Amino acid sequence: MRRGGLFYAQLAFSLCVCSFLIVPVLMSVTAGFTANYLHGVRSGLTLRWIGEVWGLYGDTIFRSMLVALSCLCLTLALGVPAAYALLRWKGRLGRAVEELLVMPVAVPGLATALGLILAYGRFGAFRQSWLFILAGHVVFTLPFMVRAVLAVLASMDLLALEESAASLGAGFWQRLWTIVIPNARSGILAGSMTVVTLSIGEFNLTWMLHTPLTKTLPVGLADSYASMRLEIGSAYTVVFIAMIVPLLVGLQWAAHPLKETTRQGAAASSSPAAAAAVQA
Amino acid sequence: MAQTLSSIGTPARLERCGKTFDDGTRALEPVDLEIRSGEILVLLGPSGCGKTTLLRIVAGLERPDAGGRIFFGPEEVTALPIERRNVGMVFQSYALFPNMTVAGNIAYGLRIRRLSRAEQARQVREMLAMMQIEELAARRIDQLSGGQKQRVALARALAVRPRVLLLDEPLTALDAKLREALRQEISALLRRVGITTLYVTHDQSEAMALGDRIAVMSRGRIEQTGTPRQVYFSPANQFIAGFIGTTNRLSGMAADGWLTLPAGRVPMGNGRSGATEVLVRPEGLSACDAAEAHLHGKIRQAFFQGDRTRLIVECAGDAELTVDVPPHTDPKPGDEIHLRVNAGGLVVVPA
Repeated sequence: MRRGGLFYAQLAFSLCVCSFLIVPVLMSVTAGFTANYLHGVRSGLTLRWIGEVWGLYGDTIFRSMLVALSCLCLTLALGVPAAYALLRWKGRLGRAVEELLVMPVAVPGLATALGLILAYGRFGAFRQSWLFILAGHVVFTLPFMVRAVLAVLASMDLLALEESAASLGAGFWQRLWTIVIPNARSGILAGSMTVVTLSIGEFNLTWMLHTPLTKTLPVGLADSYASMRLEIGSAYTVVFIAMIVPLLVGLQWAAHPLKETTRQGAAASSSPAAAAAVQA
Repeated sequence: MAQTLSSIGTPARLERCGKTFDDGTRALEPVDLEIRSGEILVLLGPSGCGKTTLLRIVAGLERPDAGGRIFFGPEEVTALPIERRNVGMVFQSYALFPNMTVAGNIAYGLRIRRLSRAEQARQVREMLAMMQIEELAARRIDQLSGGQKQRVALARALAVRPRVLLLDEPLTALDAKLREALRQEISALLRRVGITTLYVTHDQSEAMALGDRIAVMSRGRIEQTGTPRQVYFSPANQFIAGFIGTTNRLSGMAADGWLTLPAGRVPMGNGRSGATEVLVRPEGLSACDAAEAHLHGKIRQAFFQGDRTRLIVECAGDAELTVDVPPHTDPKPGDEIHLRVNAGGLVVVPA
């Protein structure tokens, strides 16, 4: 196939855009491993800064993971049933709830955080624990989970699928586990990916909600950029990238091979033999 | 294969089952209906006549209004939800589960009933063989054609040995040729299995070909229940006469066993007298010599249809008749034509 000049122009443009995004990342990563940034890579490579980050901010890394995973569990537990309910409950009220769910996305994170502080700030133990941050993250990420699941559920005739499962004897919970959730899987995975990514990277809300003892990774990053050597900030960035990239790749990978899944492996594999027997 | 499926069909009976929706619309007037053991009863009617609502009431997907009762054999099932009624259902959209293979779909009801894996596999093989789709077992649903989906849907519904099989316009989504082939196949299969079946359709030729009996519905009522022949040859009222097949209406004065029309005289078997309307089907008339004719007219249009030629004949008194004649005669528009009413060709509708 021959490619015209336009193709190469587009390719060049794409590469330019990519490098615009990737070069700063590469520079950060390099800085994180450089002994002295002022003297460049010639000063030698070192793991010293990574070690310092571990000592100074190790707790923020684990806290961020804890918050993100707890946030995922809560948004799954709340968001999937909510999406299902919104699908089945198509009144004016249902639509109003759907619109209200988007509010935390539209309202600036700082305002949401202020609201949370005004409402729950007086519960000291809650205010001072990481659970307060978790609450903020759930409010912020829940709409993304609901939307992703709702989009997938709405794209198929779930009602007819459920009715036919019911006619075959499946009660509500059986239908939920064998029909609704498996068919919503791509939406649930897409939602999970978004929720975890947003939670790990969330700064606006968290900056308002945190206490000196409940810093998360992005808050720690801001802190290190403001008050530490450039190398430490960069090394911290390296840690952040190392955390989030495998997570994203893993979730992408998890979403992909679903299409090949056959739940009835036994029945399916025994059938060619049956066909052969019939022919014989 | 047929022996392993329950060959004794459970009869189903509806008593005073009506349905009013929440917004106050009356979808179904209270009706009584019996589906006899092992028969195929077809609910036939135009869209919006309540036939699907009636099927969904039998299925348990809709609750009848207070006072309505449903029996499967001696057991009253009115209060049972669909999952405990043990019915088989085939939907117009097939509603096959996209997250399972063909074999997985057929096994679903057996899995829910907690049959052993080996038993599930055995029965799935049996259903696949019965529907002649063994080679599709491992396919995903999106790899099937419409006709194949239909077979899988039927296999899945029959696999659970339902007491009553319910089919909601199962052939509507298919093209004409496939529809006819599958209709014959379904008819042969259901008769072999001997399962009590309720079949909903708006297609009268489908109803005629499949039904042991047909219940014709209109505006939430059952207008007539009878064999296809009864419904066709002795329609209970004008609606059914007009809805089933093509009909010609002849109105005139009856006296002494004859009906006198502007276009001629037609023999009537009964002793009615006075202003009377009778019906005659296109195949109830045939062309003949002027001397033997009952009616006279002029051909306005002729449509050659292969197996017959359909004529539109203009008669005196502004009457227009649709007449089928054998295909080898070649009548031309404008020709004079003389018609006889064949023996038994006249249909008298109760007033």
